[in-house]
Amino acid sequence: MKNESDNNALYQRPQPRPTPTSEPFWAGLAAQQVRLQQCDDCAGWVYYPRSHCPHCLSPNLTWQDISGEGTLYSYTVAQQPTAPQFAGEEPQLIGVVELKEGVRLNTVMVNVSPEDLEVGMRVKPVFFQLADTTLLYFEPS
Amino acid sequence: MGLQGKAALVGVADYKNVRKYTGKRKFYLEQWAELTQMALADAGLSKDDIDGICCSSIPESDLFAPATVAEYLGLKVNFAEMVDLGGASSVSMIWRAAAAIELGICEAVVCAAPGIPIPSNPDRGPRDPNRFYGSTSANWGSPQTEFDVPYGNVAQNVGYALIAQRYADAYGYDERALAKIAADQRTNAQGNPKAVFHGQPITIDDVLQSKMVADPLHVLEIVMPCAGGSACIVVSERLARKCKHRPVYVTGCGEHLTTRSVTYAEDMTVSPVGPAAASAFGMAGKKPTDIDVLQAYDCYTITVLLTMEDAGFCAKGEGLSFVNEHSLTFDGTFPVNTHGGQLGAGQAAGMAGGMSQPVEGVRQIMGRADGRQVKDCNTALITGTGGIMSEQSVIILEGA
Ligand SMILES: [Zn+2]
Repeated sequence: MKNESDNNALYQRPQPRPTPTSEPFWAGLAAQQVRLQQCDDCAGWVYYPRSHCPHCLSPNLTWQDISGEGTLYSYTVAQQPTAPQFAGEEPQLIGVVELKEGVRLNTVMVNVSPEDLEVGMRVKPVFFQLADTTLLYFEPS
Repeated sequence: MGLQGKAALVGVADYKNVRKYTGKRKFYLEQWAELTQMALADAGLSKDDIDGICCSSIPESDLFAPATVAEYLGLKVNFAEMVDLGGASSVSMIWRAAAAIELGICEAVVCAAPGIPIPSNPDRGPRDPNRFYGSTSANWGSPQTEFDVPYGNVAQNVGYALIAQRYADAYGYDERALAKIAADQRTNAQGNPKAVFHGQPITIDDVLQSKMVADPLHVLEIVMPCAGGSACIVVSERLARKCKHRPVYVTGCGEHLTTRSVTYAEDMTVSPVGPAAASAFGMAGKKPTDIDVLQAYDCYTITVLLTMEDAGFCAKGEGLSFVNEHSLTFDGTFPVNTHGGQLGAGQAAGMAGGMSQPVEGVRQIMGRADGRQVKDCNTALITGTGGIMSEQSVIILEGA
């Protein structure tokens, strides 16, 4: 029995493990707010959270609250679980969203049927509670 | 500047690809020894000629791989390199070897990529659940752990499907043309007894009727993992003259990468092949119409399509009609992956799949590709692709 429960724990949905740098991002999602870092020196937007701006390597980044609105840049409908940890969730509607600020992020599309997914469709955030963390999903807007 | 074309591939070796390997299991070190011995015999050189090695990671030692290999094989080397560029590693090994030889620090470099299962470890601990994530890292602190894995964007299928879907939106999608890449390469595999799909030709309809894995990718557009492995030997002009076969000179090379996750690529439909190929063509003084055969890394059909476009064999967005207008078979108007590619011959484990392309390019130029020989084959362009269209290497090979 013990082995079986260990095994089940091993194949649970993986949760993000916030780092000291990324913690404000995840805390924002928990409070139903999307936040991005913006560079004080070049005004570039930064995703995922970093210690330095990937546009100019400045260490001066400031967290900004944003709307989280954007468009679906691409997607796939995975008919088989992409890993055993996602068994039971198929079809997985895995998306890449481009926010208005221009950055792209990985996500899951919800409240939409697979055949209605379309590259370029406008989307807005859904704050999805997974155990003790909040993930950033999207739905059509 | 750049390579002067004074280092040549002179010997190759490979195992037969096998889907369900039941033969004797061998450590990567043992395969390194065996493949090196085979490649030396093929070239007509001896162990004492070798003074350089290029490897990828080996399961026997997480660190210090080149020293472990050199010691096991009893080699004294002046050049020891480990390349960590995923599927691009093998092509990158070859240009690094050629560059080291042209620098004059060594004269004969063995590059190998084993991929036969190692003996079972009697002390094996609990299996790592993250093994299903493929090339995606789930280590603490990795951006992928935090921003890819929790959303199910893991392993390779998802990333390549995202590229294909975006391509479809930008340029239109002809699924028959993509399926034709797999079917034509499978035809090539019928001339390669070492291919896992030797004796099993397929049609475009077979591909389209195969299971949809990650829309729009069918299972027959995705490589079949297998056991295998291969090696090659790169030497100086002086040594090349002593060897048994027509020397195959490395006359151009290029490498390019910008991201690990394709999510952050500037444009998902534009691969790093472009800058890498431009570098290789410029160095060799060649243009796409000079190339007799293309051996393109082919983890997926879409990989081959983007490679043909971005390397300049056709214009951006015209790859699908280019495929429809040409036969990609060894006797066709635009031969691609004449050994069957990894789609037709199998993707040997480790980094070995990516060594199959340069090995086939060498065999074609040497005139030793029995049953699938391209006529008057003197110039080949070889690509290696790592991750999700992430790492990219290109070499141009020319017969003496
Ligand atoms: Zn900046």
